Amino acid sequence: MELLLDSIFNGIAIGSVLLVAALGLAIVFGLMGVINLAHGELMMLGAYTTYVTQLIFKLPILKPFYNWYVIISIFLAFIVSGVVGIVLEKTIIRKLYGNPLETLLATWGVSLILQQFVRSVPLSYGSGLIISLLIGLLLPLFFPKKIKESIKFKYYKFASWSFATLIGILSAELISSLISKLGRASSRNVDVTAPAWMRGQIEILGNTFPKTRLMIIIITLISVIAIICFLNQSAWGIRIRAVTQNRQMCDCLGISTEKVDVITFGIGSGLAGVAGVAVSLLGSVGPNVGGNYIVGCFMVVVLGGVGNLLGTIFASFGIGIMTDLIGAGRLLNIWPNMPLSLSNTINFFATTSMARVMIFALIVIFLQFKPSGLFPQKGRMVES
Amino acid sequence: MRISRRILAGLATASIATTLTSCGGGSKTSGSFDDSVTVGILHSLSGTMAISESTLVDTEIMAIEEINASGGITIDGKSYKIEYIIEDGASDWPTFAEKSKKLIDQDEVPVVFGGWTSASRKAMLPVYESKDAFLYYPIQYEAQECSNNIFYTGATPNQQSEPATEFMYKRSPAAGGDFFFVGSDYVFPRTSNTITKAQVKQLGGKVVGEDYLPLGNTEVAPIISKIKKALPSGGIIINTLNGDQNVAFFKQIQDAGITPSEGYYVMNYSIAEEEISTIGPEFLEGHYGAWNYMMSIDSPASKKFAANFKKRWGSDRVVADPQESAYNMVYLWKQAVEDAGTFDDNAVRDALIGQKFDAPQGPVEVMPNHHLSQTVRIGEINSEGGFTILEETDVVLPQAWNQKHPSSKGFACDWTDPSKGEKYRL
Repeated sequence: MELLLDSIFNGIAIGSVLLVAALGLAIVFGLMGVINLAHGELMMLGAYTTYVTQLIFKLPILKPFYNWYVIISIFLAFIVSGVVGIVLEKTIIRKLYGNPLETLLATWGVSLILQQFVRSVPLSYGSGLIISLLIGLLLPLFFPKKIKESIKFKYYKFASWSFATLIGILSAELISSLISKLGRASSRNVDVTAPAWMRGQIEILGNTFPKTRLMIIIITLISVIAIICFLNQSAWGIRIRAVTQNRQMCDCLGISTEKVDVITFGIGSGLAGVAGVAVSLLGSVGPNVGGNYIVGCFMVVVLGGVGNLLGTIFASFGIGIMTDLIGAGRLLNIWPNMPLSLSNTINFFATTSMARVMIFALIVIFLQFKPSGLFPQKGRMVES
Repeated sequence: MRISRRILAGLATASIATTLTSCGGGSKTSGSFDDSVTVGILHSLSGTMAISESTLVDTEIMAIEEINASGGITIDGKSYKIEYIIEDGASDWPTFAEKSKKLIDQDEVPVVFGGWTSASRKAMLPVYESKDAFLYYPIQYEAQECSNNIFYTGATPNQQSEPATEFMYKRSPAAGGDFFFVGSDYVFPRTSNTITKAQVKQLGGKVVGEDYLPLGNTEVAPIISKIKKALPSGGIIINTLNGDQNVAFFKQIQDAGITPSEGYYVMNYSIAEEEISTIGPEFLEGHYGAWNYMMSIDSPASKKFAANFKKRWGSDRVVADPQESAYNMVYLWKQAVEDAGTFDDNAVRDALIGQKFDAPQGPVEVMPNHHLSQTVRIGEINSEGGFTILEETDVVLPQAWNQKHPSSKGFACDWTDPSKGEKYRL
């Protein structure tokens, strides 16, 4: 019993990383049908945001609040990745709806560009760019209705973008002058150090549990609850679900599907940013950090059933628990007197590499019997 | 459709443009030389290995510039200036073979300095053997190879892991404890650990577990629970993880209470000064490393090497063991060429064996098996991000065929004697 509990704890720890990483993809791929290979790179932007926030909070003025920088970076990462996601949607993805294979190629290109971007552009200029994009996107929304509808709106828009660019350049210069580390481009991996209260371990039900893992579980839990509430309760959430089920009908009923698409993609990307914060607590932050997670994310979404958040949750914890059961050879402890041939087989698969092979094999077998995943989408979809 | 194709084409061009990096370029300044010779430098300047391999390019350029500044290579009273062509292996093993062919056939260089990963070396090996050209390879590796066309200046396992294992089992704070192996899943960790396993058995110790993390994977939670199960009250962990995986590993084991203060000591074979600064000394303090060269060696040659490197490339740069091997190989090639009196491959190969050099780590000598005799040092990682050197061996002779590995026990390599060659029974 105790062993099983141990396994469940570890499985939840592994699964919550998978879940937080896959949550954004479940929305972008599951609801919108966009095969977003740049999802990992949006995570990477979130991880870099954590790093930049950490350095900013080491400045003398903000030093007293250093303990809380991780919490703040969660919100910042959501905004940064969300903004980049919105720009991507407006420039590239919008033209490709309904062509999943073309989104795959285009987003793969985007992922290469983003990787090279963080290698060759100083982080201070990256931050400046994000700030100007944010201002440029938000400012026109606050213009009075009269201006928005006038024919001169495009000039106002141009002016606000120029203003945004100026602010962006100024903030980039400010950041480079305050923190010289951020003023130089570097392809070296960087490191995020959790504040002291998040390090070490605590005891839960007789099990010791690393605090960073607990933090990730909490981040995951909050993200999941927030996104479920948003999709089921808020007006925009209901519009998103309506558009994904029947786009033409929504268009006819006067829902701005364009706006819905931007918001959906922005939220999906923002969640990738939050995942980036979680991942930065576990390992190093570098241009390739997202690439390590992308396959796992797609695996979780497909196994759970495309378009179903509940499926994504079950699939990630399922994979987490299986990884621990197989990878750490726990079945041997549960049943110590098993026949030798069986125990040899279990030992053979009880390494991290072989556990991965085994889990992929199991998923492939499972999908043979249930091709649309754990929780297939029910009901009649117009587009299918 | 039309729009999407155009965007895709644009994206494709953009991504190609971003991945392409400039190749080539040599030093152009003229001095009072009679002639010049062009050598090849072949390392990854893009892709995942670029971070590590570019430090070798910097070191090799520095060595070449030093040699040029002191008069270049002298053959029969004629002085030659060394020029170089840099090629990018792009962290892609077939590219290493392709660029080697280009350097040998098109640029006709007499020697290529290059490679880091074993995979890149294995990809290049057939090229050099079929064209009878010469590759100088500067990285500590798993050995079990001895080519007439490669000169290996890094440590073999008996020049790194064997003294380190003995230290851990006999003289470390965890002396007499059980062993657990953690490594990345590729050839070096697996071969190295096979050797260490045999050695632990000879010493009378016990290996209680091992696990290998697939390259690119950073989920170490199952490994941590295995370590805690196998070593409940501390012990010795031998770590051969690569690159970023170390960051994930050390961050998470510290959170899980696997620390020196709890009796767990990690011996690392792939963590040098450069890596310590990336991982963060606060995660590594109190663990160990084994190398031939450490920046903290207190000798004039070592201090000069570090100072020159900082002067040439920036005061925040560090030097580490792979760089020292790269530095040595350029000088050893120069000495061999001067002794042979020609740039011809075969003559240089004969002249190379027995060359001695006062390296930053101390004296080294080229052995008949195309490896170097080297000094081995064990260091404890300190809070400043360097090693506190605890032990220093005498000069250790290299074993191209490891004497503890079951498949190569009793074999050796000797290229000075035609009847012996690559692998003969002792």
